[in-house]
Amino acid sequence: MVEQRTFWRGVIPHLVLWIGIAIVAFPVYLAFVASTHEPTIISNGQMPPWPGSQMLENYYRTIFIGTSGTTREPVGTMLLNSFIMAMVIACGKIAISIISAYAIVYFRFPLRMTAFWVIFVTLMLPVEVRIYPTYKIAADLNLLDTYAGLTLPLIASATATLLFRQFFMTVPDELVEASRIDGAGPFRFFKDTLLPLSRTNMAALFVILFIYGWNQYLWPLLITTRDEMQTIVIGIRKMIVTADAITEWQLVMATAMLAMLPPVAVVILMQKLFVRGLVETEK
Amino acid sequence: MAEVKLRDVRKTYTGGIEAVKGVSFDVPDGALCVLVGPSGCGKSTLLRMIAGIETITSGEIRIGERIVNDIEPSERDIAMVFQNYALYPHMSVYDNMAYGLRNRGTPKAEIETRVREAAKMLEIEPYLKRRPRDLSGGQRQRVAMGRAIVRKPAVFLFDEPLSNLDAKLRGQMRVEIKKLQRSLDVTSVYVTHDQLEAMTLADILVVLNLGQIEQIGPPLELYSRPASMFVAGFIGAPAMNFIPVRADGDGLSAEGGGLSGARGFAVPKQGAVLGVRPEHLTLSGIEGGALFDLEVMVVEAVGAETFIYGKLPTGKEVIVRLYDNIPKVGGRITVSAAREHLHLFDSGSGRRI
Repeated sequence: MVEQRTFWRGVIPHLVLWIGIAIVAFPVYLAFVASTHEPTIISNGQMPPWPGSQMLENYYRTIFIGTSGTTREPVGTMLLNSFIMAMVIACGKIAISIISAYAIVYFRFPLRMTAFWVIFVTLMLPVEVRIYPTYKIAADLNLLDTYAGLTLPLIASATATLLFRQFFMTVPDELVEASRIDGAGPFRFFKDTLLPLSRTNMAALFVILFIYGWNQYLWPLLITTRDEMQTIVIGIRKMIVTADAITEWQLVMATAMLAMLPPVAVVILMQKLFVRGLVETEK
Repeated sequence: MAEVKLRDVRKTYTGGIEAVKGVSFDVPDGALCVLVGPSGCGKSTLLRMIAGIETITSGEIRIGERIVNDIEPSERDIAMVFQNYALYPHMSVYDNMAYGLRNRGTPKAEIETRVREAAKMLEIEPYLKRRPRDLSGGQRQRVAMGRAIVRKPAVFLFDEPLSNLDAKLRGQMRVEIKKLQRSLDVTSVYVTHDQLEAMTLADILVVLNLGQIEQIGPPLELYSRPASMFVAGFIGAPAMNFIPVRADGDGLSAEGGGLSGARGFAVPKQGAVLGVRPEHLTLSGIEGGALFDLEVMVVEAVGAETFIYGKLPTGKEVIVRLYDNIPKVGGRITVSAAREHLHLFDSGSGRRI
């Protein structure tokens, strides 16, 4: 389809895009502005639409000192916790699912299809559904308030396994046969051929899973009790709900801005690989 | 250097489908053996069993002095060229060729010399650093052959290596494969469904049908003395004409007429099938041969030659290849074939009489 590039054809899509960007970006901008003012300006409802003078101080307090009221922990610790959780979940999910997909696609073993269907069925059992038994197990294993407890129950992943399975099934059988003739055993084939071929898929999955891990709310809320194990998503909520002090909105907003940065950074840094992983396969 | 010997090799898939039903043949040292047949005849299965990527249900395969039934593909001293090339997409051309040698623990310097040597032979030196996806079909084909050559195997296995190429390139590569195989002098087994490839490449031609050998021998022998109607129809293009015949005195006659002459055949009572190739029919009367009276239905001029689609009184189609004196559509012609170009087959079993 070849379209004539007229003036209006160019303007209207851009207008629509700009409106879309404005709708998405405006609240973010407001949050940023709020994070740079004094608390009194925000709470009296007269916040000006441009940044104030307290930016450095507010962010310094947020990251290194923490709010005076509730969470007590500085956001720096929370950022670290969230980062560790998101990284371990993303990498763990990819590692486990690529191995299980490899087993299901390339090996004939008893109950292979059963294993596949069991994994498939867990799609219908996200953490929220099995929250009580999962919590019980984590508690019995003394995993409360540990990074292991924070990440392990979220790692097993049917989605990623299915995705890799679909990808492996598109890899031509002749590649396996050529590898066998070239003297590559199962491990070599996995390492030398399958892993490099899955690179873009892994990158795309990593982006999705990192954000999934970063945004976890319910599970960290249950499993962490000590403040120094808190993740940033939980931290924001605890900052807002204060019983006996004024909510320090400038710090809440600064936290929100900080919470946004790592996922955005991951998306921007891995954008190229992400798009390639979703649209093309290297064959 | 090795011979390949197959003894009563069978393949039964789970589910009871018999793909290969007892095949035995020998490929002498340095010969190029072509397995040819229609799709589903078991030729690829047979090749994959020689390669070791398909298990053997029963029988025995020998490469050199060893029985290789239970030996891993990488230990069989073979190299295979696949139809879709099966190059590793993420590796450079150099790495594709070097991979098998590295897995074998060949010293680096040795790998380097062997890859350079093969690349030079195949004229792919400028592409050694590229990825397969940056190459054309013909170049990929060369890389796939290079990967086979660097291994210096005892046996080359080719699985329809040219069928992904366009017609012109296929012709070129066919000649090159032949030259390469001659100069390396390595025993080769080549699978194809293309009878032209089979005829031009083979030292020994094995025609397979329904998992069994129909005939085995040098290509020209199969062409001039096909053992069955299947082989006769498969080898040669356009295909051989088949006309049902009965004994008539000491000659032959077709039902509904149109055929005379062709003396000296022993025709069974229930009748037989006479086969004659389009290229053996001429307008000049041949003494002692068979005469066909045809009504010209279609004239197909392809340049150097012209194919006449004629019809016997029964409606049976007969194709004739002519070079000059082209008749008009609707006219009648009499063509004849020499006695030695007539083939008679049993109408029941299809075997040669």
